[in-house]
Amino acid sequence: MGSQFLVSLVVGIFIGGVAGYLGSLMLSKRMALVAGPLGHLTLPGIALALMYGFNVSLGAFPFVILGIVLIWLFEIRTKLPMEALTAVVFAFGVAAAFLFLPVGQAETALVGDISKVRLDEAAISVTLCLVLFLIVRRIYSKIVLINISEELARSDQINVKKVNLIYLASIAVIVALGVKMVGGLLTAALVAIPASTARNLSRNLTQYALGAMIIGALSSFLGILLFRMTGFPAGPLIILVGTFVFLISMVFKR
Amino acid sequence: MKNDLILKVRNLDVILDRQAIIENLTFEVHRGDVLTILGPNGAGKSVLLRTLLGLLPYEGEIEWAKGIKMGYVPQRLPFIKDIPLSIRDFFKLKTLSEKETEEILKAVGFGEDFLRRTIGDLSSGQFQRILIAWGLLGNPQVLLFDEPTTGVDISGEETIYNFLTKLKMERDLTILLVTHDLSVVYKFSTDVICLNRQPICYGPPQDVLTPENLRKLYGGEVKYYQHRH
Repeated sequence: MGSQFLVSLVVGIFIGGVAGYLGSLMLSKRMALVAGPLGHLTLPGIALALMYGFNVSLGAFPFVILGIVLIWLFEIRTKLPMEALTAVVFAFGVAAAFLFLPVGQAETALVGDISKVRLDEAAISVTLCLVLFLIVRRIYSKIVLINISEELARSDQINVKKVNLIYLASIAVIVALGVKMVGGLLTAALVAIPASTARNLSRNLTQYALGAMIIGALSSFLGILLFRMTGFPAGPLIILVGTFVFLISMVFKR
Repeated sequence: MKNDLILKVRNLDVILDRQAIIENLTFEVHRGDVLTILGPNGAGKSVLLRTLLGLLPYEGEIEWAKGIKMGYVPQRLPFIKDIPLSIRDFFKLKTLSEKETEEILKAVGFGEDFLRRTIGDLSSGQFQRILIAWGLLGNPQVLLFDEPTTGVDISGEETIYNFLTKLKMERDLTILLVTHDLSVVYKFSTDVICLNRQPICYGPPQDVLTPENLRKLYGGEVKYYQHRH
């Protein structure tokens, strides 16, 4: 096995695992839906990164932040359902990106490319994943309580605003990392599918959170392995493996 | 504050979205009281409870006795079934003490083995008891209870109110309870606030729940529950 391949594999496992873990918090309150437009909104940023040759995640990050602010503002200012708002943001991201996305690199932007990740990029990604995991683990039960009932959380002296801010920032980081691996179109799936699978299989919170992380990491591992064997792009393969595992979980649903 | 005074509220106004939800409310709660907040839907009852918990902005004065610990039992938790959560998980969101968790579970009449049960599998009566148990974690002196589902048998013949009466005795609780069920007030409470945005009456139920006050409270349409077969 080439060292480049191993580097890709390790980065993939880390990003997939943490995306699954964080995704387990996003399954409630239609948050998984939010990750969709956030992924799409990164497309203009990815296009810029590809045009000027800098890291895709770096290009994506400011656009995720923009997306979060936009969705938040729209929700406050209009009474439209969240689904409609996310569709607006979603379409804007794709449309804007196609104005200046270099056609030859469209595939990288849309479905990601982890095969050429450099060693320094890999080290940064893995470190970010570890930090993200530790942060999310600290706020995990607080977010669960906020998702169940914000009132209950506040009556339990939880600083809801602060915890939500950390939570959103964590989502922004994982989306930025995710687009490098699976592209702007598929990032939502990276977050949503492992959690949905784990939900089918678990009876308590530990099984669920740990399950989502393991399934996320496993999907990435198998997807990248399949990429090596078949030559198809890794991003779609990771998501397809994830979907396949999800379908299997339906059979064993508890 | 006098030593048995737990809560003093003076001239309370709550304005949300530029709309007055509660106007000029004054009352007191003493240790061991069961205060019922009675009123029609949209009267501001739950808003009052949430304001007392410090969750909403207000004008006027709300003074709790120093060091008082409060437990809150919400009306319902519609999102709790979104993720797989065992009873142990649910309690762990509030306390890390395994001993306290087991003790509370026993107090609401469940065995230790119940901790592994998934919240989604509980009957509504069982869930109601688990919510009360959650409110009792941390050993509060005051329990704020938002509209318990009336008529739910929480175990066999026992209704939520028999159960609360028992808990109150055992744990020396002061209870603030929101309801729109008139029968609860007579059976269970020491004092009642009739609230329809403005306070309509306040005092022991047998003194203040006059037909005239009830007419005012429900806008001339007091619903006596008639059984039609």
